[in-house]
Amino acid sequence: MIKVEGLWKSFGGNEVLRGLDLEVPTGSITVIIGRSGGGKSVFLRHLIGLVRPDAGRILVDDVDVARLGGRALDDVRRRYGVVFQGGALFDSMTCGENVAFPLREKLRLPRTEIVKRVDAALGQVGLEGVEAKYPAEISGGMRKRVAIARALVTEPEIVFFDEPTTGLDPVLVNTIHQLIADLHRRHRFTAVMVSHEIPEIFELADLVAMLYEGRIVEIGPPAAIQASDNRVVRQFIRGEPEAAQ
Amino acid sequence: MTGSSAPLVLRPFDLLGGWAIWLVASLGRFGSFLLEALGAMVTPPFKFWAFVDRIDFIGFRSLLIILLTGAFTGMVLGLQIFLVLSRFGSEAFLGPAVALSIIRELGPVLAALMVTGRAGSALTAEIGIMRITEQIDALTVMALSPMRYLVAPSIFAGILTFPLMTAIFDVVGIFGGYLVGVELLGLSAGTYFGEMQSFVDIGDVLLGFWKSISFGIIVTWVCTYKGFHVGHGAEGVARATTQAVVMSSVLILVWDYFLGTVLP
Repeated sequence: MIKVEGLWKSFGGNEVLRGLDLEVPTGSITVIIGRSGGGKSVFLRHLIGLVRPDAGRILVDDVDVARLGGRALDDVRRRYGVVFQGGALFDSMTCGENVAFPLREKLRLPRTEIVKRVDAALGQVGLEGVEAKYPAEISGGMRKRVAIARALVTEPEIVFFDEPTTGLDPVLVNTIHQLIADLHRRHRFTAVMVSHEIPEIFELADLVAMLYEGRIVEIGPPAAIQASDNRVVRQFIRGEPEAAQ
Repeated sequence: MTGSSAPLVLRPFDLLGGWAIWLVASLGRFGSFLLEALGAMVTPPFKFWAFVDRIDFIGFRSLLIILLTGAFTGMVLGLQIFLVLSRFGSEAFLGPAVALSIIRELGPVLAALMVTGRAGSALTAEIGIMRITEQIDALTVMALSPMRYLVAPSIFAGILTFPLMTAIFDVVGIFGGYLVGVELLGLSAGTYFGEMQSFVDIGDVLLGFWKSISFGIIVTWVCTYKGFHVGHGAEGVARATTQAVVMSSVLILVWDYFLGTVLP
């Protein structure tokens, strides 16, 4: 269980998070939606320990990661997998080396085991045969899938997805969502995802949380969010322009 | 620093104080960055292949520019010093004059400036791009230290390659002086090298050696720091690269003067 309590963060006087509270049940896919520039990615960076809050707690199985540093934080991070917005693949390495990297450096597995797991991970995301290609040599959609394979190859308990389908066409968006759903069924990880993909995200999520003005203004199952009376939620999921308010 | 609420008459002091705080904080971050990198260098696991890669990146790929600048520096020195010495009838001292200039001063400084221009800028750009494309964040969230994988191997490679580059520069530069002084201007080879042996001692070589090691640390430290703390987007990388080259070059010259005054 991930529990966030009263998270505050400001940058140079600009308050991005204003007392954010959220509970992410173990084994669920929780999707955070909200306007561009609304602090979703900043919030995700808090969860993975890249940004420290000004106030508040981030409890991962009752351990406050916002107060951790050094090895204690690394111990928590070993349970994480992260899919960054742009994939964040190491461009000096091939796709195979990218997926093998956490196995070699993080888990220190023997070479034969690494080869086996890399093949399996790339197979799971439908990318057999791209091991020797560099990230620059494959398409955006393939890069996202390699990034997903790299994040999941260590079989993490918690996986964070930062807008994993941004910039992809609708077919690829659904393909990636389907892939995440399949992998989730297989591995039962806890997923926290930041996404803009309305309405596609309602097919994938167990819980949807709407972030607005630094707080979660509504959280619930997709059906409840779609039927929400909250003006902000309705405006966002219908894509109504601001002038219509 | 901005949006001061101090009375108008106190604003300059307020600004000065804010600037001083910013300067001290920046220097603190700069210093702690090096300490963290040195910590990663002396504690296992040692990233051997990352170190080999950095030697190639900083050292081997700078070889051509070092050979070219070393040769032409020696040739220019040979020509100019010969012309000056010939006014006093002291052409015999061309060898030691060229050798001392290169070994004590020009070798370490010019080699460091050349490597800064070629490899230092590329180092900043490479790490800067890794920063803005979240590759450094990816390392961090894998519970792997970017310091250990990116910074420590670069600084270690700088410590090893800068003296080697300087040694190559020195040798090529001395032979550049030989080419002009002996082959073109008619000085005897025995005089050129004989007088050099009489005047150049191990202290001169050691001075150049210590200078080149310290330049290796300065350049890799500044360039990795600037790449690590890059701003946003392509403009941020461009600015960081320019700053890294300018700051490294200025620090090389300042530190060169300082070492020249304290070392024999």
